[in-house]
Amino acid sequence: MYDSGKIIPGIILFVGLFTFPLWSNLGKAAPAPKPELPKTEKVCVMDAAFMKTEHMVLLNDWRDKVVREANRVWVGPDGKEYQMSLQNSCMQCHASKTKFCDQCHNYAGVKPYCWECHLEPKENM
Amino acid sequence: MLEKALKGSQKYWSLLAALAVLSGIGFACFMLQLSQGLKITGMSRDVSWGFYIAQFTFLVGVAASAVMVVLPYYLHHVKDFGRITIMGEFLAVSAVTMCLLFIVVDLGQPMRLLNVLLHPTPNSILFWDMIVLNGYLFLNIVIGWTVLSAERKEVPPPKWVKPLIYISIPWAVSIHTVTAFLYAGLPGRHFWLTAIMAARFLASAFASGPSLLILLCYLLKKRTNFDPGDGAIKKLSQIVTYAMITSVFFLLLEVFTAFYSQIPGHMHGFVYQFVGYEGHGELVPFMWLSVLLSATALVLLVPPKFRNNEKLLKVACVAVFFGLWLEKGVGLVVTGFIPNVFDKVTPYVPTVPELGITIGVWATGFLILTILYKVAVGVKEEIGA
Amino acid sequence: MEKDRREFLKIGGISVLGLSALPVFEALAQGQGPKAMPDPRALQAGQWAMVVDMKKCWEEQEKRQCKDCMDACHKIHNVPTIPDPKREIKWIWLEEYKHAFPDQANEYAPEHVKESPFLLLCNHCSNPPCVQVCPTKATFKRAEDGVVLMDFHRCIGCRYCMAGCPYGARSFNWGDPREYLDPQQINQAFPTRRKGVVEKCNFCAERLAEGLPPACVEACKAKALVYGDITDPESEVRKILAGQYTLRRKIALGTGPNVYYII
Repeated sequence: MYDSGKIIPGIILFVGLFTFPLWSNLGKAAPAPKPELPKTEKVCVMDAAFMKTEHMVLLNDWRDKVVREANRVWVGPDGKEYQMSLQNSCMQCHASKTKFCDQCHNYAGVKPYCWECHLEPKENM
Repeated sequence: MLEKALKGSQKYWSLLAALAVLSGIGFACFMLQLSQGLKITGMSRDVSWGFYIAQFTFLVGVAASAVMVVLPYYLHHVKDFGRITIMGEFLAVSAVTMCLLFIVVDLGQPMRLLNVLLHPTPNSILFWDMIVLNGYLFLNIVIGWTVLSAERKEVPPPKWVKPLIYISIPWAVSIHTVTAFLYAGLPGRHFWLTAIMAARFLASAFASGPSLLILLCYLLKKRTNFDPGDGAIKKLSQIVTYAMITSVFFLLLEVFTAFYSQIPGHMHGFVYQFVGYEGHGELVPFMWLSVLLSATALVLLVPPKFRNNEKLLKVACVAVFFGLWLEKGVGLVVTGFIPNVFDKVTPYVPTVPELGITIGVWATGFLILTILYKVAVGVKEEIGA
Repeated sequence: MEKDRREFLKIGGISVLGLSALPVFEALAQGQGPKAMPDPRALQAGQWAMVVDMKKCWEEQEKRQCKDCMDACHKIHNVPTIPDPKREIKWIWLEEYKHAFPDQANEYAPEHVKESPFLLLCNHCSNPPCVQVCPTKATFKRAEDGVVLMDFHRCIGCRYCMAGCPYGARSFNWGDPREYLDPQQINQAFPTRRKGVVEKCNFCAERLAEGLPPACVEACKAKALVYGDITDPESEVRKILAGQYTLRRKIALGTGPNVYYII
């Protein structure tokens, strides 16, 4: 083989870099997320299964309704009314971003940019 | 064909390396801007567009000017342009790429760029600018590459490319017209609010673009076996001459309207540019230099005796290019904001990182241009044209 | 067979397009499912407008250098106080006569007019150039009540609206605005902005939605600020406009500003 002195180390380097995410996290299994739920309510806005998978879609939908369509009240399937507001509704009960939102977001490695503008509740208040 | 770009002399590689280093520096500055925000630039609440958008505007002109070789060659069968048409098209490709990059680096939220497509807004000129610029880039890549491939195989270009070439002619005009509309349709920005903005843009484009092309042709002739042919240069220099005369004429029309009408808003921009306004004269030396360069260019271009002299033509082309760059790439955009809507002056001076990004984008454009020209020259050498 | 395949492709196409939004549509389709509506307390108007009585304002300014409206607005909306005038964020601010009305400033106007500052804010134009130029509809004129609003989620920061606005009503976040907000003073009920987006006065859309007047109007003890529906002949603003001569900024431009000044 020509240039084996360059090719073989090159392949090793490539494989090493390519698998970096695998071996750098080896043996560091992250614990399953344990979001802390509010004690007062069991169901809020929509059922828990829906909220778990679709809350981001719902929030985007709320965003457009509030900002662009001047609709601020949401009537849930159970007929209950909510103010569509991340800061003023959701975070009133889910009062800790670190104990609720971040639990799954960190686990899933997502960084929603909500908090660049929206204020998280002041903890220990 | 791209393999032609992979074989080159030491000098070719050094040039590529130097351009890559500059664009790397620009990229580093851009990373800084991404993390810190546009506060690292000299722009402000009052002068909210600066060097980036000015370079963008100037380069749209360079891109549009490809039509000045495409149109005579394909519509009027001017054989002289046979060898340089591809050079004009590739120059357009690199110029439009720079335009798009300048738009991206100017955005406050570049990662949201695709919102322009997600929420198409036909009442916004910026939406149309995005369409015409991307369309023009696509047209020139496809046309340039296809025609060059055919040339390499020494067969006529495929039939389907003809309609694209015809479309690209009005399309070139459209990119600079739409870019002028960005400015010329805003109430309250008197310096820009002029119906001949698009005509001015096109005239200055057809002077600055071909003058750059002449200089590039001379460079290629000196460094490679590529010969654009004396006829091509001669015709291009005539185009530059007429376009430059028209460009200066249009500017004088603006000056007349502003100063004969005596409407303050229309005069203030020119006053700021040439004598300074309310104690601020940041642009004065640059604008007078622009005038000096333009005058020099006209003196050297108008008499055929001077224009046909290679040395003088080169000087004239440098003068045209930098004179118009100062007018459009430095003066025009910033002056639209000075004085501002409160009739106050907030001066604008670009910062070092801002210039770093600007140079980085230019370097990226010339990197692309070098590679494309290397391919084109390689093909021409191969077939012995 | 052919038809079935077409149906399948159609549904497939829609699913791919709206995959993420589908559950919401499904939920919405379930008859008495969730729906959105305006807050019943919300104030309605055809076009909101404001009258600024500068005489009353100047009296109060002379008495105690009053900045109540500005303080109230900027506090409620988490508008940062940035010392560098080149980077300032302004929703409501003061500007001298000759700068507020550069096209109609009268050289021999009374001294108190020439020297006293005017209160400026977004004019919520009837024909807003900022809305016309925005390439993403991030800024839009709300059909319901004519308020010119910003969707900060959508703004790409191109600043075309700043070039378009002839009133200097728009500010860009050149850096992170939170660096200039006091965490103790921050209003937890309203968001901040992030770097790279444009912002401006929103005519307190979030307060109108709850039946409250704009914060500046509420804060003004001199009653120098009056808001109302310009399309309603019975509204307070219309009565004032019918009763005395008022000024608007740069009307020759045809933008139709909806902020009126009494001097």
